[in-house]
Amino acid sequence: MKKLSSLRKHKFALPVLILVALSSLGFTFSAATAAPAKSQLAASAKSTLIAEGKELFLKGCSSCHGLNAEGGSIAPSLIGVGAASVDFQVGTGRMPMADMSQQAMRKKPLYTEEQTAALAAYVASLAPGPASLTNEEIEWERDGNTAEGGELFRNNCAMCHNFAGQGGALTQGKYAPTIMGVEPKHIYEAMITGPQSMPVFSDKTITVEEKLSIIKWIKAAEAEPNLGGASLGRVGPVTEGLLVWTFGLGLLIGIAVWLASKAR
Amino acid sequence: MTARERVAGNVANYVDERTGAAAWIKKNLNKVFPDHWSFMLGEIALYSFIILLLSGTFLTFWFDPSMKEVTYEGSYLPLKDVEMSAAYASTLHISFDVRGGLLMRQIHHWAALIFMAAIVVHLLRVFFTGAFRKPREFNWLLGIGLLTLGIVEGFLGYSLPDDLLSGTGIRIAEAIIQALPVVGSYLSFFAFGGAFPGEVFIPRIYTVHILLLPGIFLALITVHLMLVWYQKHTQYPGPGRTEKNVVGYPLMPVYMAKAGGFFFIVFGVTAFLGAVASINPIWLYGPYTPGQISAGSQPDWYMGWLDGLVRMAPPLETHAFGHTISWNILIPGLIIPGILFTGMALYPFIESWITGDKREHHLLDRPRNVPNRTALGAMSLTFMIVSLINGGNDIIATHFDLTINQIMWFTRFGLIILPPLAFVITKRICLSLQRADRELVLHGRETGRLVMLPHGEFVEVHEPLSAEKKWTLTQHEQPAAIELVQTDKGGVLNPKGIRAKLQARFSAANAEVVAKPTPDEVKQLEGGHH
Repeated sequence: MKKLSSLRKHKFALPVLILVALSSLGFTFSAATAAPAKSQLAASAKSTLIAEGKELFLKGCSSCHGLNAEGGSIAPSLIGVGAASVDFQVGTGRMPMADMSQQAMRKKPLYTEEQTAALAAYVASLAPGPASLTNEEIEWERDGNTAEGGELFRNNCAMCHNFAGQGGALTQGKYAPTIMGVEPKHIYEAMITGPQSMPVFSDKTITVEEKLSIIKWIKAAEAEPNLGGASLGRVGPVTEGLLVWTFGLGLLIGIAVWLASKAR
Repeated sequence: MTARERVAGNVANYVDERTGAAAWIKKNLNKVFPDHWSFMLGEIALYSFIILLLSGTFLTFWFDPSMKEVTYEGSYLPLKDVEMSAAYASTLHISFDVRGGLLMRQIHHWAALIFMAAIVVHLLRVFFTGAFRKPREFNWLLGIGLLTLGIVEGFLGYSLPDDLLSGTGIRIAEAIIQALPVVGSYLSFFAFGGAFPGEVFIPRIYTVHILLLPGIFLALITVHLMLVWYQKHTQYPGPGRTEKNVVGYPLMPVYMAKAGGFFFIVFGVTAFLGAVASINPIWLYGPYTPGQISAGSQPDWYMGWLDGLVRMAPPLETHAFGHTISWNILIPGLIIPGILFTGMALYPFIESWITGDKREHHLLDRPRNVPNRTALGAMSLTFMIVSLINGGNDIIATHFDLTINQIMWFTRFGLIILPPLAFVITKRICLSLQRADRELVLHGRETGRLVMLPHGEFVEVHEPLSAEKKWTLTQHEQPAAIELVQTDKGGVLNPKGIRAKLQARFSAANAEVVAKPTPDEVKQLEGGHH
């Protein structure tokens, strides 16, 4: 103690103490200002977003999915589905459902992008799951290959979504919707989350690059003009047969009637 | 005689002196054909066939019927560097790199669909008007042959490009072949030269599609038309038209001009469709790989009924002695079509047996005057349409917000319930129309004009029909039931037994008609008012 008290009276004691106090203050300040500006502040913003999302969830979703997103007799649990799932379902207007039909259909989204992000953040906070993406993050134009995407599409997607992505029927009123005019991020999210009847295509079955190729092919098919004239819906021979019986043969029979009546 | 006429005469004389064709040509150019729009339906089929020959020949210049694997280097970028068969690659080449190629492909395909549709409506006209009766049974059989070959020919053409859809069709055809008990798998190996898909099938069906079947078609169509020529065309009943004459216009110049013009109209409509409406966009389907399939894969419409039958078949299978018998394919894919086509082919003979009518007929029936035949036709047509609906069940489901299961169950029951219902309803409609005809002949046309008589009674003025119209409505003979002879005068039992009973029963049903007005009835009414 004697030594300490003698040190206290050392002539350098005051400047050293001031230096220590100032630098600790400086470090603390820099730690308190610099770090919080990134992580801590984001954490607080995120928690606001989650809180916002929770509020939206309680108002708009909980009646079916449960107060804690635990699911119920009419809706599945959302714990662990991830932000991607929410971004897809809410962002394409499928959720909230219009009615209790076999399948939620694509419609005008009910929530704004910010609200959707909040809902996604809330659901993602419940348990880890696939993260949502933005269209900019999906570099399909740069990293995809159209021809390869076409082959992958025909191998994995065409059996439900039809050869040109026009959609098709499944059992009991379920259906694979058309994928024309769908945002790239939603196509991607659908592949990684497997909404409704769709299977999940993990990065092991279809790699990230292959997914981008598929998106590139879909976008190419979407942009492709109808090279042979009116597309007739790109659904195959049914509409072709319909046209041949109505317009084709109908017109020809009409002309036959006209030709025969002129001679009278 | 002008100089031009002299030159024409000299040329004609030159040819006639060497061929003796003048008399034959003169006779045939003056041949008379009756005039009616429904007699031009077969013409549509004939002209479509010519269009098919022309456009098909164009396509053979570039099509390569080979299963050799190639890497696509053509101008359709979404398939660049994709491995495919030479058949598919050459179809893409025709579509994108041959001038007018896509148009020709589309014309060829549309013409095929029109060809089949025209054959069907032509067949319906012949059936419903009784044009198949003696002496035209052979021509009916030829027609059924052409229809059957048309289905096969169309299917082969659909299969040739080796795109995803055509490969799917071949796969189903293979399944139907394999469903044949015992010999199925052998037949399939024989047809495909080994396991599906193999490398020989496309070259083989190419030969059949462009050589064998068109050759048979040409031969059958020629005989079909020669018989029409020789037996003369049937005509609708009317004043002055009998079983022994043909009322109409001569071939030259009237039908030469009409038929020639109609050919160009059919070509024009087909080319228009080829130019404005996409058909079978094979580049979107992609090359065939057995592991791939597209939702909503369908055959062309003339096979849609067959596909519909297969789609609605319940999953029935029998396993016996190491063999599997797939009833779910065998029944809808082979047995039902077999029964339908055999029944259709035999119909003229069955009807002649039921009615006991062995006379020649050149005057057509008005469908209402033969209610049972008309009802049977409506019944068969209903069966086909119900099957066809189920063939497109997936497309109908997505476009009309229905479920595939609903459509399947509807058609499963509908296939059994609706055809008999159609029979009954059609027969009733026919009888009602007969009754209406009877009213019309007896009381004339209702004018809608009400007149008050001096004593206050209101009557509607009926305008009597012209004699020609009355003739048309009453010229037909009405069938009489064949009496069942169980024993002859000596008490000997009829050796035909059950057959005679069946014939008597059918002919009694056939004789169920509304009695047409007799001349006496007409005269009597013409005396009194309305």
